[in-house]
Amino acid sequence: MTSEELQEIATTEKEKRTEYPHHICVCTAAGCLSAGSGEVKKALEKEVLESGMKHECHVKGVGCMGLCSAGPLITVDNTMYRDVKPEDSTDIVRSLEDGKPVKRLRCDTSAPFFTRQTKVVLENSGIIDPERIEDYIAEGGYSALLSVVTEKRPGEVLEQVIKSGLRGRGGAGYPTGLKWSTVAKAQNSGQKYVICNADEGDPGAFMDRAVLESDPHRVLEGMAIAAYAVGANRGYIYVRAEYPLAVKHLRTAIRQAERLELLGNDVAGTHFSFKVEVRLGAGAFVCGEETALINSVEGKRGTPRPRPPYPAQEGLWGHPTLINNVETFANIAPILRNGGEWFAKIGTAKSKGTKVFALAGRINNTGLIEVPMGIPLREIIFEIGGGIPGGRGFKAVQTGGPSGGCIPADHLDLPVDYESLAKVGSIMGSGGMIVTDEGSCMVDVAKFFIEFCKSESCGKCVPCRVGTTHLYHLLERICAGDSEERDLATLEELCDVVRNTSLCGLGQSAPNPIMSTLHYFRDEYQAHVVEKRCPAGVCHFAEQEVKA
Amino acid sequence: MRRNGFQGHALIEALHSVQEAFGYLEPEGLRFVAQSLRVPLSQVYGAATFYHFFTMKPPGRHACVVCTGTACYINGAPGLLAAMEAKYGIKPGETTPDGELSLLTARCVGSCSIAPVAVLEKDVIGKLNPAELVARVGKWVGQ
Repeated sequence: MTSEELQEIATTEKEKRTEYPHHICVCTAAGCLSAGSGEVKKALEKEVLESGMKHECHVKGVGCMGLCSAGPLITVDNTMYRDVKPEDSTDIVRSLEDGKPVKRLRCDTSAPFFTRQTKVVLENSGIIDPERIEDYIAEGGYSALLSVVTEKRPGEVLEQVIKSGLRGRGGAGYPTGLKWSTVAKAQNSGQKYVICNADEGDPGAFMDRAVLESDPHRVLEGMAIAAYAVGANRGYIYVRAEYPLAVKHLRTAIRQAERLELLGNDVAGTHFSFKVEVRLGAGAFVCGEETALINSVEGKRGTPRPRPPYPAQEGLWGHPTLINNVETFANIAPILRNGGEWFAKIGTAKSKGTKVFALAGRINNTGLIEVPMGIPLREIIFEIGGGIPGGRGFKAVQTGGPSGGCIPADHLDLPVDYESLAKVGSIMGSGGMIVTDEGSCMVDVAKFFIEFCKSESCGKCVPCRVGTTHLYHLLERICAGDSEERDLATLEELCDVVRNTSLCGLGQSAPNPIMSTLHYFRDEYQAHVVEKRCPAGVCHFAEQEVKA
Repeated sequence: MRRNGFQGHALIEALHSVQEAFGYLEPEGLRFVAQSLRVPLSQVYGAATFYHFFTMKPPGRHACVVCTGTACYINGAPGLLAAMEAKYGIKPGETTPDGELSLLTARCVGSCSIAPVAVLEKDVIGKLNPAELVARVGKWVGQ
């Protein structure tokens, strides 16, 4: 494969597209699929065939379009339709003939949900067919990889990534360029690995799933560029077994890329080889922690190892290993295509680029969004997200999943970047954003997260294994109205111990949800402890039930 | 089935295949995996019990998986579980005595936009309320 051949595939594919005057794209990512988009696609295909428009209209399945709450979504030429049912296919195909869009199904794409977004990672999502490599190549895919391996030295690639200011999208925000340089410099035995962390365990987060389902080649291209830059020749993608569609698309993508010699031995006729394998997770949240993930890839129990040595020095089977998140790798190809400076222009001084968030919970527009770093929370929730349904009041937004915190209404004007979120006691996390309204009890939410950490704790270190269990029992007692004032002090003290003495990130961040709710919603805790009453009416107290 | 070159580090992959074929991991299957991959049985057992995805109990004929991710939790997943428990007397992780129905929970199936969600026989059903879930499950178990 040379650049010319790649160009040729792109041109052929584009020509093939112009053969059809009409295009119907049906979202077949998991969100819309569970709303019935599979049947919609079949009905549309049948309708097109029956009305004799086989040569004029092309129906294809594409990735996520973002507004999952209105699924199934489809686009017909440039019009987007929402809540489409199989019965609507007749009207839709008829609209192609007379040129008048079906009004009742129209989804307004001039709404803030669509206009306020900046798409880098999701630029192809909802446009290309994730199961066809040609579609990705037609959008400029793999051109970055080819120019890198044929024209650039690894040092030049590193330079671009450092210049871009990209930071790890897995949550902690470690500078990607620095991580790559460490692995590139590490020299023992010669063998190095690249691992893509697609073990998206945060409940309420589905960004990585959407990227893998909608545009798997983008992640592979990013990994291959990373491998070239750090000098690795093998890679693993560690993906959750709970995402069967993402696994299927990834496996197809790897096969296609190998057939075109874009992965595998001697990429593009050079001496660079890179072989990728998919590794399935098996439902352990702790495996998102990099050392635990390495153990799991090796086929062991997913327990973390003490660091240092960091994986960049001694990782998989003791060799230097680069581990990045799906979204981080997805940013790589655009950075090398457009240059590091281009990327550094988006975002704030310390947090560059865009971030994909999964909006969920009590909010009107749930789904996937990509926004520039530094955007205020208020804009995300009330403009893009469309506010809280049912006229209820906003209470808090939870970011970072079980490792993050709850941000109350006072901080809604906070810009979304790594530092600002850390300042108010939360974290950026991988990108789950869950909105709660007045009907949610914050003590109950904290209990939910600590229950999660308790059962996901791998049990290797005592502070996390025993600490989270005790935290859970304390909160359980508070929620049951069986607590005293001094329990709150114990709670705070225990949070501090767990945070400072746990071995890995899971334990160190497990108390975050409690500490942030205790800080911002202390009155709710007080009401539970002193007045034995739940302001939101979620918790049931034993005494009250007896009285009733 | 095990074309990963019988490499020891493909243990989790092998366990996935066994569970897919038999529905659960029985001691015999574990012993077979350990022998074929030349991995100590203790390590196989360790991995099988560590990961939530693997089960060593035979599943019921039908499976109802209720998602208990954050979005589903806030939007009413506890109500779904309570309704199932009230109707069939099984808690999450249990199977009815006649082996017809298993109630399971998932950490998050990633369909948070249509919460609360349950997975019934591999179909993801969203925006559920307790009565609807019980009615849907009743359709299998009723006959």
